[in-house]
Amino acid sequence: MSAITRDEVAHLARLSRLALADDELDHFAAQLDQIVGAVARVSEVAADDIPPSSHALPLTNVFRPDELRPSLTPQEALSGAPAVEEDRFRVPRILGEEA
Amino acid sequence: MADTATLMPYDEALERFEPVLGLETHVELGTESKMFCGCPTTFGAPPNTHVCPVCLALPGSLPVANEKAIESTIRIGLALNCTIASWCRFARKNYFYPDMPKNYQISQYDEPLCTDGYLDVEVDGRTIRVEIERVHLEEDTGKSTHVGGATGRIHGADYSIVDYNRAGIPLVEIVTKPIAGTDRLAPEVARAYVTELREVMRSLGVSDVRMEQGSMRCDVNVSLMPRGSSEWGTRTETKNVNSLRSVERAVRGEIERQAAILADGGRIIQETRHFHEDTGQTTSGRSKEEAQDYRYFPEPDLLPIAPDPEWVETLRAALPELPSVRRKRLQREWGVSDLDMEAMHNADAIDLVEATVSAGAPPADARKWWMGELARRANESATPLADLPITPEQVARVTALVASGALNDKLARQVLEGVLAGEGGPDEVVERRGLRIVNDEGELAALIDQVLADNADAAEKVRGGKIAAVGALVGGVMKASRGKADAGRARELILQKLGVEE
Repeated sequence: MSAITRDEVAHLARLSRLALADDELDHFAAQLDQIVGAVARVSEVAADDIPPSSHALPLTNVFRPDELRPSLTPQEALSGAPAVEEDRFRVPRILGEEA
Repeated sequence: MADTATLMPYDEALERFEPVLGLETHVELGTESKMFCGCPTTFGAPPNTHVCPVCLALPGSLPVANEKAIESTIRIGLALNCTIASWCRFARKNYFYPDMPKNYQISQYDEPLCTDGYLDVEVDGRTIRVEIERVHLEEDTGKSTHVGGATGRIHGADYSIVDYNRAGIPLVEIVTKPIAGTDRLAPEVARAYVTELREVMRSLGVSDVRMEQGSMRCDVNVSLMPRGSSEWGTRTETKNVNSLRSVERAVRGEIERQAAILADGGRIIQETRHFHEDTGQTTSGRSKEEAQDYRYFPEPDLLPIAPDPEWVETLRAALPELPSVRRKRLQREWGVSDLDMEAMHNADAIDLVEATVSAGAPPADARKWWMGELARRANESATPLADLPITPEQVARVTALVASGALNDKLARQVLEGVLAGEGGPDEVVERRGLRIVNDEGELAALIDQVLADNADAAEKVRGGKIAAVGALVGGVMKASRGKADAGRARELILQKLGVEE
């Protein structure tokens, strides 16, 4: 049984604001299903004595110095926004009327 | 909408219930750049000018932690007597709200950088130890403006517009353990804690801690339990508390509200409440009972932090003198009472007095002007003392002019008024307003002769030995000179002219 349905990919695509064609939905549903299946195999070998790991590399303390780097211009920053008002990202209503 | 809450008067509430407090304080760090990218952190820039692919969460961008922010957080932890973690991670706090473009906030969850500290505060001559649960590092969110609807609030708005300049500014969260046993001092303890915390931040130089600009913000948790009970009540969390005075008012208001509900047999709902500056009351926000699951998990885009113990010890050794230690030292140096010191502390005058003393003023004079005339004027215009347009150097100059006899106190007040009105420094104001004391002995003598002639009765009394009556004559001279005479010298000359010795 597949873990990822076509509807779920459509939902994720909408959240991610990706316009996927019908054939792409099928294509990615199959791919994501394989990926999830592959990752799920980890649970077959994970035993109680194996601590969960969050990072693949044994590195710590990777920092950057507190220095300025150029920012984007507002035009660049807003160029991908679905809607803009007063140089701000315009987003749909967040909450409905108060109950 | 009002929940126009019924309140129980504070004294009655405290007779029946005991409060337990908890405070969560957010402090924006004053780093040059943001927490995970190189965008600037300065306040008040045009919208979306301090943003880049990292803080806008554009695909393919990766965060890298700001070393200075980590260092500042460790220094805060050390100043608050915390244990510094030897290894910890950032965590993703997932939520769907447009104030973060990533749909999650990078924060810390069960592995904060600093844990188990304390901060001692003084209230009413008592030292109260506020225990610190944790200090962790996260990123600030963007600023939403809600458009449409009647109130500008999120409820009923048609849509919102978002500026991400603030998104990603390093934010330190400092959480206390529950503070019990403060009894009726609870509101004052809450305020004293936030005040002291702000001073610790200032002394460390890690933040400008301006509550009115939001670089320091406080959430206030309050619960009540019946007197004699040992089981804590349900708490509420009041947000949007953005001044020291509001911290105190929010605690008091919430105690009065909860007491009325509990006394009436009701129950407190665990919820977020919003503080309103105008009324000092809180209104209901979202209920925690339906709180979402943030699905915290270790942040895969950032590597763990493992502060080198040697580095931590270097930072500990380089901590500045902490505010409470400094206050004790200054109190000794200035020779003032506990009460005077607490008054200066509460008026935020200690730095100003110290700077004025450094500029050469005697401590008593520096304190007198800042806590007297200047505090009065600050109060009148509802301005923080430090924001008055006068410098400690200028105040020191005024005290020097008084000490040299060039000004008396009355004229000095006019000089301060002139400086505050933007007429220039003290010397300029003296010059322009013609405020110098009448030092010319001839001029003074002429004034005295006139006053003695006009007040023959009083002069006669003094001649007859009633030296107390000289006050009226000195007053006459001061009036005739429009305040510019040296009152002490006038007194001497009057007694001399009347042939009286003290």
